[in-house]
Amino acid sequence: MSTAQTPVTPSTGKLILAWALVGVPLAYGVYETLTRVAGLFG
Amino acid sequence: MGWLDRERTIAPPGFNRWLVPPAALAVHLCIGQAYATSVYKTALVKHFGASLTEIGVIFSIAIVMLGLSAAIMGTWVDKNGPRKAMFTSAVFWASGFLIGSLGIFTGQLWLVYLGYGVVGGIGLGIGYISPVSTLIKWFPDRPGLATGMAIMGFGGGALIASPVSTALLKLYDPNSGAKGWVASGDSVGKLFLTLAVVYLAYMMFGAFTIKVPAEGWKPAGFDPANVRAAALVTTENVSAKNAVKTRQFWLVWIALFCNVTAGIGILEQAAPMIQDFFRQPDGTSLASAAVAAGFVGLLSIGNMAGRFAWSATSDATGRKRIYMLFLGGGAVLYTVLALAGSTTTVLYVALAFVIISFYGGGFATAPAYLRDLFGTFQVGAIHGRLLTAWSAAGVAGPLIVNAFLDAQGKPGALTAASYQPALLTMVALLVIGFVANLLVSLVDARFHEPRPGRVRSEEPAMEA
Repeated sequence: MSTAQTPVTPSTGKLILAWALVGVPLAYGVYETLTRVAGLFG
Repeated sequence: MGWLDRERTIAPPGFNRWLVPPAALAVHLCIGQAYATSVYKTALVKHFGASLTEIGVIFSIAIVMLGLSAAIMGTWVDKNGPRKAMFTSAVFWASGFLIGSLGIFTGQLWLVYLGYGVVGGIGLGIGYISPVSTLIKWFPDRPGLATGMAIMGFGGGALIASPVSTALLKLYDPNSGAKGWVASGDSVGKLFLTLAVVYLAYMMFGAFTIKVPAEGWKPAGFDPANVRAAALVTTENVSAKNAVKTRQFWLVWIALFCNVTAGIGILEQAAPMIQDFFRQPDGTSLASAAVAAGFVGLLSIGNMAGRFAWSATSDATGRKRIYMLFLGGGAVLYTVLALAGSTTTVLYVALAFVIISFYGGGFATAPAYLRDLFGTFQVGAIHGRLLTAWSAAGVAGPLIVNAFLDAQGKPGALTAASYQPALLTMVALLVIGFVANLLVSLVDARFHEPRPGRVRSEEPAMEA
């Protein structure tokens, strides 16, 4: 049986928290790496 | 432990599928630490009084175990679901660090081999494949985007682990301010303990956030009939046992092996290579150590960005075409790099950046390619078996490059010309991969799983 469901967001806060938990460290890592990359062009 | 079972992870109606990628990313960002081992490599050499090769073996064991455990445990992962797989991966990965720290504190290198290499390597393999089939099922409309997001995490993990580990080593070592400082073994042991706790917590977040879609679920507005219309995309299913008996599996294996071998060739030698390419007649290099470090950082970003960007792009172009770009385009870029890479640093850096993005893209696009060819039934297990190509390339790539460079001269005296034989060998490999990818076609119907009311026309020829 195939049932199409309309995606709803029961908890936008949960979604934001989940993405922040992985997004913030990743952004920090990219930032730190880019500061090293600056040596390539400096 | 019933609370880890697949049945307990079925999403309720209205569950937002965009919670699944961060859960997958949480695992991949942690296991991506495997690419940041260079941070404490010198410290371990000094602590154990070992050679660079002996310490490098720790990483090699982990990568071999990654491929083996992914291949062996793939069916188990598909059967038991992502939560149990991620939980198991977290326990192995954290235990690897704990055993490794014990080895460091007691001065027993074999314990580090066993801990980080064997136990941690098993965590790597299970963790790498654990969210893949779940993501593909949640995003049947954009499988490349979904797996690209997760596998990007494996590339991004090192970007986080590298600066964090450096900061923690400085914090744990009272002599960190000394000139020519190399971290003490004690500080590396404490770093391992810290990483064990942090990674366990992060991976548990992933394990308890992930959910599998209910049977028959599909995204709103998604019509599977449109998938069928795309070339080289099946709506049938092939088991992992039968997939490895198909020509298509081994053609994709060869394509991935060639792509990874070529990429590793550059990644392994990144820092010394840029300095050698711009070595002057007096032996000095135009590329300083700071420039080389910046170059390595840029490649890490290229590796991570390629995983997401190329895999997401493959949803529009098709998997076979994007692999043609990785392999065919890669061969052209490698040729330019070998013959003209030393003319300007801008050209050299741009070429290497794109080549490494192809390397990352190959990894991230592979699960969606397998989904297209073999269906979603056991795509995680098939992916696990495909990752043996990574293990093989992890051995072959450095062997090829090091063998050619050893024949050319001593490190520190090499020039751009010294790299030509190795780079042109990579071109030949990429051409072989290109041809293998070109030969990929739809899987023969005799390998398909029977559907209700329809039996397989005949047993797979190679199954007997």
